[in-house]
Amino acid sequence: MFRKRPPPEEERKVRANDREYNEKFQYASNCIMTSKYNIVTFLPVNLFEQFQEVANTYFLFLLILQLIPQISSLSWFTTIVPLALVLSITAVKDATDDYFRHKSDSQVNNRQSQVLIRGSLQNEKWMNVRVGDIIKLENNQFVAADLLLLSSSEPHGLCYIETAELDGESNMKVRQSVSVTSELGDQNNLASFDGEVVCEPPNNKLDRFCGTLYWRDKKYTLSNQNMLLRGCVLRNTEACYGLVIFAGPDTKLMQNSGRTKFKRTSIDRLMNTLVLWIFGFLVCMGVILAVGNAVWEREVGFLFQSYLPWDPPVDNFLFSAFLSFWSYVIILNTVVPISLYVSVEVIRLGHSYFINWDRQMFCSQCNTPAEARTTTLNEELGQVEYIFSDKTGTLTQNIMSFNKCSINGQTYGEGSDPLGPQPKRLDFTPFNPLADPDFCFYDDTLLEAVKVGDTHTHKFFRLLSLCHTVMSEEKSEGELLYKAQSPDEGALVTAARNFGFVFRSRTPGTITTTEMGRSVTYTLLAILDFNNIRKRMSVIVRNSEGRICLYCKGADTVLLERLHPCNQELMNITSDHLNEYAADGLRTLALAYRDLSEDEWDAWSERHRSAAKAASCREDRLAAAYEQIEQDMVLLGATAIEDKLQEGVPETIAVLSLANIKIWVLTGDKQETAVNIGYSCKMLTDDMTEVFIISGHTVQSVRQELRRARDRMIEMSRTRDGKEEGVEGCFMGNGFREGQGDSRGGEKQLQCPPPPPSNLMDNISGEFALVINGHSLAHALEADMETEFVSTACACKAVICCRVTPLQKAQVVEMIKKHKKAVTLAIGDGANDVSMIKSAHIGVGISGQEGIQAVLASDYSFSQFRFLQRLLLVHGRWSYLRMCRFLCYFFYKNFAFTMVHFWFGFYCGFSAQTVYDQYFITLYNIVYTSLPVLAMGIFDQDVPDQRSLEYPKLYEPGQLNLLFNKREFFICIAQGIYTSVVLFFVPCAILSDATQSTGVPLADYQTFAVTTATALVIVVSVQIALDTGFWTVINHVFVWGSLGLYFSIMLALQSQTLFGIFPNQFHFVGSAQSTLLQPVVWLTIALATAICIVPVLAFRFLKVDLKPQLSDTVRYTQLVRQKKRKPAGRSVGGAWRGVGSVSEGRLGARGSSRRSGYAFAHTEGFGELITSGKNMRLSSLAMATFASRHSSSWIDTLRRKKHSHTNTPPSASGESSPAPSCVSGSIPPLSNSSSVLCGSQDAPIEEETGAAPDTQTASTSSTQNLPAPAPASEAADGSAQTLNAGVLTPAALRSQGGDSPGGWTISLGAVQEALLRWKGRASASNSPVKLAE
Amino acid sequence: MVKEEKEIANRPDNTAFTQQRLPAWQPMLSAGIVIPGFVLIGLAFIGIGVALFVTSRSITVLEIDYTGIEKDSACFKCSNADVKNCVCNLVFSIDSLFEGPVFFYYGLSNYFQNYRKYAASRDDEQLSGDLDAFTAPSDSCSPYDYNSNDQPIVPCGAIANSMFNDTFVLYRVVNGANKLVPLDGKGIAWWTDYNVKFRNPSVTPLKNAFNNTVKPIFWPKPAYQLDASDPANNGFINQDFLVWMRRAALPDFRKLYRRITDGEYAKGLPAGNYSLTIAYNYPVESFDGRKKVVFSNVSWMGGKNEFLGIAYLVVGSLCVLMSIVMLIVYAKFKFPEED
Repeated sequence: MFRKRPPPEEERKVRANDREYNEKFQYASNCIMTSKYNIVTFLPVNLFEQFQEVANTYFLFLLILQLIPQISSLSWFTTIVPLALVLSITAVKDATDDYFRHKSDSQVNNRQSQVLIRGSLQNEKWMNVRVGDIIKLENNQFVAADLLLLSSSEPHGLCYIETAELDGESNMKVRQSVSVTSELGDQNNLASFDGEVVCEPPNNKLDRFCGTLYWRDKKYTLSNQNMLLRGCVLRNTEACYGLVIFAGPDTKLMQNSGRTKFKRTSIDRLMNTLVLWIFGFLVCMGVILAVGNAVWEREVGFLFQSYLPWDPPVDNFLFSAFLSFWSYVIILNTVVPISLYVSVEVIRLGHSYFINWDRQMFCSQCNTPAEARTTTLNEELGQVEYIFSDKTGTLTQNIMSFNKCSINGQTYGEGSDPLGPQPKRLDFTPFNPLADPDFCFYDDTLLEAVKVGDTHTHKFFRLLSLCHTVMSEEKSEGELLYKAQSPDEGALVTAARNFGFVFRSRTPGTITTTEMGRSVTYTLLAILDFNNIRKRMSVIVRNSEGRICLYCKGADTVLLERLHPCNQELMNITSDHLNEYAADGLRTLALAYRDLSEDEWDAWSERHRSAAKAASCREDRLAAAYEQIEQDMVLLGATAIEDKLQEGVPETIAVLSLANIKIWVLTGDKQETAVNIGYSCKMLTDDMTEVFIISGHTVQSVRQELRRARDRMIEMSRTRDGKEEGVEGCFMGNGFREGQGDSRGGEKQLQCPPPPPSNLMDNISGEFALVINGHSLAHALEADMETEFVSTACACKAVICCRVTPLQKAQVVEMIKKHKKAVTLAIGDGANDVSMIKSAHIGVGISGQEGIQAVLASDYSFSQFRFLQRLLLVHGRWSYLRMCRFLCYFFYKNFAFTMVHFWFGFYCGFSAQTVYDQYFITLYNIVYTSLPVLAMGIFDQDVPDQRSLEYPKLYEPGQLNLLFNKREFFICIAQGIYTSVVLFFVPCAILSDATQSTGVPLADYQTFAVTTATALVIVVSVQIALDTGFWTVINHVFVWGSLGLYFSIMLALQSQTLFGIFPNQFHFVGSAQSTLLQPVVWLTIALATAICIVPVLAFRFLKVDLKPQLSDTVRYTQLVRQKKRKPAGRSVGGAWRGVGSVSEGRLGARGSSRRSGYAFAHTEGFGELITSGKNMRLSSLAMATFASRHSSSWIDTLRRKKHSHTNTPPSASGESSPAPSCVSGSIPPLSNSSSVLCGSQDAPIEEETGAAPDTQTASTSSTQNLPAPAPASEAADGSAQTLNAGVLTPAALRSQGGDSPGGWTISLGAVQEALLRWKGRASASNSPVKLAE
Repeated sequence: MVKEEKEIANRPDNTAFTQQRLPAWQPMLSAGIVIPGFVLIGLAFIGIGVALFVTSRSITVLEIDYTGIEKDSACFKCSNADVKNCVCNLVFSIDSLFEGPVFFYYGLSNYFQNYRKYAASRDDEQLSGDLDAFTAPSDSCSPYDYNSNDQPIVPCGAIANSMFNDTFVLYRVVNGANKLVPLDGKGIAWWTDYNVKFRNPSVTPLKNAFNNTVKPIFWPKPAYQLDASDPANNGFINQDFLVWMRRAALPDFRKLYRRITDGEYAKGLPAGNYSLTIAYNYPVESFDGRKKVVFSNVSWMGGKNEFLGIAYLVVGSLCVLMSIVMLIVYAKFKFPEED
């Protein structure tokens, strides 16, 4: 802080191995310091920081006022004691925080690294590494500083790094050194390396670096591709050498870790407003009393001067009034006591600890407990209205498992039927010693098929073992390790490996596999790499017999249309299977092969080579070449990979949406993946009336789509509203149509859409969903369209934004914050979620994964998405409730306490005489009344945790801000003022004439003070006893303890001993003894207590009686249940039932029309990397035959591709595969336009739907069943749900009806099957549905 | 094994406290508790109220204003501040036996002993007999800390300075002759005031302790000569001084002057005529003050206090009324039973 800052750098010059030269520039060393203080600076800096808080300054100001004798109506210690307490508590907290920072700093700074000094490697601490040093990194080591990669143990100066800590991406990245330095090789050469790097000054751009290396009179351009950044981990590389360019605080990692924005909760903001109001109120009181003082001094005090002359500076009543104003400001300041802020912090800290301690939020797999990283936001967890969730790693585990496959029309892999017995996991080891023991598969028929030697099955797995870009590493015999670019590929290759087709190793020109125990080497002729447009990849291999074969895997949409016509039948079956898989939310791929003759190959390879060498339009020409060969393929089957959801995600989402929380998924993934996951985690359901897809590329089209979606919603809801009475008629209409069985039904259906699901819950929470693409989102987020987007999106039950950038994630959150004034929560696991986590009111990081960036930026972290429901519905709800109750009570007790002075002012000549002893004033807030309210604020519960999860509706008061708002605040202070009136006037009326039984009057000031104070303490204690709903031992101890403490402290302070020591400080000697022995005093206290409490009691009782809250009802039910000792039977309200039905209802959803258009998730470029052999070891490279086929650097190509992708989204990142309710229609699958306008094609599709006879059958069979809703009994409820799932919405029908040439075939078979199955179930279960049929 | 141990290290403790499962009593404001509770409280309050009211009724209070504002008042002649050493005679009669013990109070109205500056204008160290404070009174006594000659005032401060100095002598008029009613001035101050809070310096004779100090400006005699009749009743532990120094909470107050407990008057003041001779020294007319004398007896609950009994009766009846209202409401809008 006080260090001298060097002038900003404009250019950095670093000379390798030349510390003297580099020292000239005074670059920061590699020592990092995140701590704020050291021992010397702690006190001044910390105090300075603390006094930047308005409250603390205010109290300091009060303290100064109190030091002015003319004003001081209270001793200085009434303020300084609490202030010192607050300051020291905060200071201790800051100090501990800083201590841990020091500790972690020193741990990082003392990490060892190997530095090349004078030609030899020496171990140095990280902090001693200097700019210009050359350091050696070994595998799995953290990169110590931002390095320029000089050379590596791998060929071509390549090395692999994992950047999880930096950007959250857990896949590996490749870095390559400049060729001249990569040749340096060993450390002797490096020691004499004296190149000079001139580069940009330190900045925080993670993906950019530009600099130049000057060495031996030559210039070499440096880019980010040559850099290893601090925070990365070296992987799959034995060792590498790097030149330190940026060290310590200059590294990009440190430059990125800006100080996080301080978040405040809405209660905080409200509290600040209220405190301001109270200050205003305080000033008003002060003014009133000052005016009173002026009048009094003029009318009375002036005359009273014979006994009390004015103080020398006071020469008239106006000046006296001025002083009196300040005096009253001092004594009335306790309406906002300093302990408010401390108590709030303490309560929040307590709640944070409860979160940390919660075993139900502890994940035993990853051994991570939940952590409240920010202790100031807890109560806001009880007010969340919007959740923004990342997908990968948050909703899903990012684990792909090979789940099902369809081979030659035969489907394998049993569905995970939750009801059936858990099938046995297959044991591959006896069959295949090379099998991966972690691989899970449950269907042994597939293994049988492999063992029997089914050709198709063998071909299927052979394809999987050959067609990929996975690299293998075999440490010892049989111990294979696959390094896959995307987890999907890894899963597929691992599947093949377990079924006996083991991919062993590859060279640029060969692939060696072990097929059924027999080693086979294929010659790799070409890799037709994956990209976003092609959505498929192929390899062309020559087997040992010399036959050439093309193996292709890809998205079904693109692959099925490139099949040989003879595959039609198989294609239909496979397509059904694909539908089934997709309905289960699996990621599907279709597999096909093609045998090539030598001539075909020769011709094509020639073409391919020329395309590859082409200077212009290389991409297009290559794509055309690929297109040419990938034709007339023979379908082998399809795979289904499960993108494993985190545990309990659908249930959590169901519960959260019942709690009226809207969940938005913001993902960088493709639309198909995102939608798929949306379905599998039940955010999107087939019950939904409509899923809108916004994917326009221009402002106009996006606006149009949004408008259309909204119009549609309005239209739908209007018809729905009208249906309340018209339901019957609608069903009749449907029935009539059935009889007609003609195509007009489709049109009619528009006017009379299918009824909403019978469940009332669903009816309320809209049935629309919105899927928006990143490029459309960019337009939607523009200022003029924002409101439109918000209004449309917020009307939807679920919103999925796909292909969004980290920045857009933050923008979406900001937009909702701005327009909806709602509390937002963002949850994510990766560095790409950091912006969103930081901008949301509450950021939650998924911990226990590899990257920790999100966790570091987050306010709360835990390892499972499902813990979110506990965090919000239990901890958040409780925190909110407790905080609200705390605040209500706190303001109440301080108004009750302070306002007595105000009333007394009218009787004491407005002289700012306090009612109480100054010690009582000092201790009231920090001792006598703090602990019970703290105990309530920390431990209170209205309903037990499992009830809050059972009745998510209990969460609503928080969202609506019902428990503490301005109205509640006014009620509290009104109650406080009422109490103060009672507390002043009752003793006043009674004591003025009362005497002790010895005849001594009780109306002396000290007796009055003790009586009032005692009555106050008793009244507020009774009040806290009423407010406390959950009396634990601690509450008992605190409440009774506080009362006891009050009496004992009072007796102690008014004892003779203390008076003997400080006669001038303890004026009240003997008052307590003498006062509290008087029965009249106790009668006064009892009367005051009764007058204060009885109305509150009556009011509360009547409120619970007349207008019970849900929590009251739940509590009451619980009480009744406990009394009856009956096991928990039926629940109150429909909330929980709703949850149950959600999961139930999904069982019959097989008949869905959704199709997965998913192609694998990895990026292109790796095929080229493999065939160029750059990533192969030299040994294997030696036998490579195709090593030099591509002359251009693959990295350049890769970069170019990426560049073009990002710059021209419409042409490059276009996705044409259809999404739910959206038909690609006439759009060719390879079209560059991804504007598959769902809305815009509504009308024609509708007609199409009607025209398709098959569909009509489906709809009739569904309409048949329609009169089922309105179940008479609860028993029928479940089946009615199933029915709803089976009923096809127009949306679903539409997507079936659209018959696209792109292999987008209808699989009505599946639909019918589902319906039949449903019918079977329906008739089996004795339900009203049967009657309807 | 190692992994398991580590897991145990990270897993939060399973205690009732950390898991927020502490056994707790969860009271609910159910009708079964609230309504009977209200009835009970109401009845109890009514009972106490009746008792208080009856007790209060039995207490006799005799209050006579002697400020002398009214022309027909006996002390009218003294109300002019210019008249020094004025004595006036207040005659009153008691119809029936004024049951004893009778307490004799003086009362002041519109007198702000609770004014902050006034209240603070004292030096407790001085009053506790600290001789250092004799020579250097606390600043809080200002402007009554030093006189114009810079001599320290003992006892300093506005309270002491303004000490009430009217004196009363009560005669019973028996057959035209005034018979002195003995007044007991002992033990009228708080025990702690007399024994702890106020101490004379341990200097004998007491007068020596006051060397180099001056008496308060308004005082006719110094502190060590407050009671000529009883040498022990002088200095800071003079009972009248103690009573005055225990300042009142409200601007209308009364202070105990004497008890009438001696001899034949222990049973009370017999019916008859009484004459009260007042040495009228304390001017109050400048600030519209009022002075009065009060005779009262007490019960177990102290002096007459009608308000207390009535308040109890009112609150008790309201409670009972409220319980009836709640019963009606409860019967009408019964809390929804299960489901």
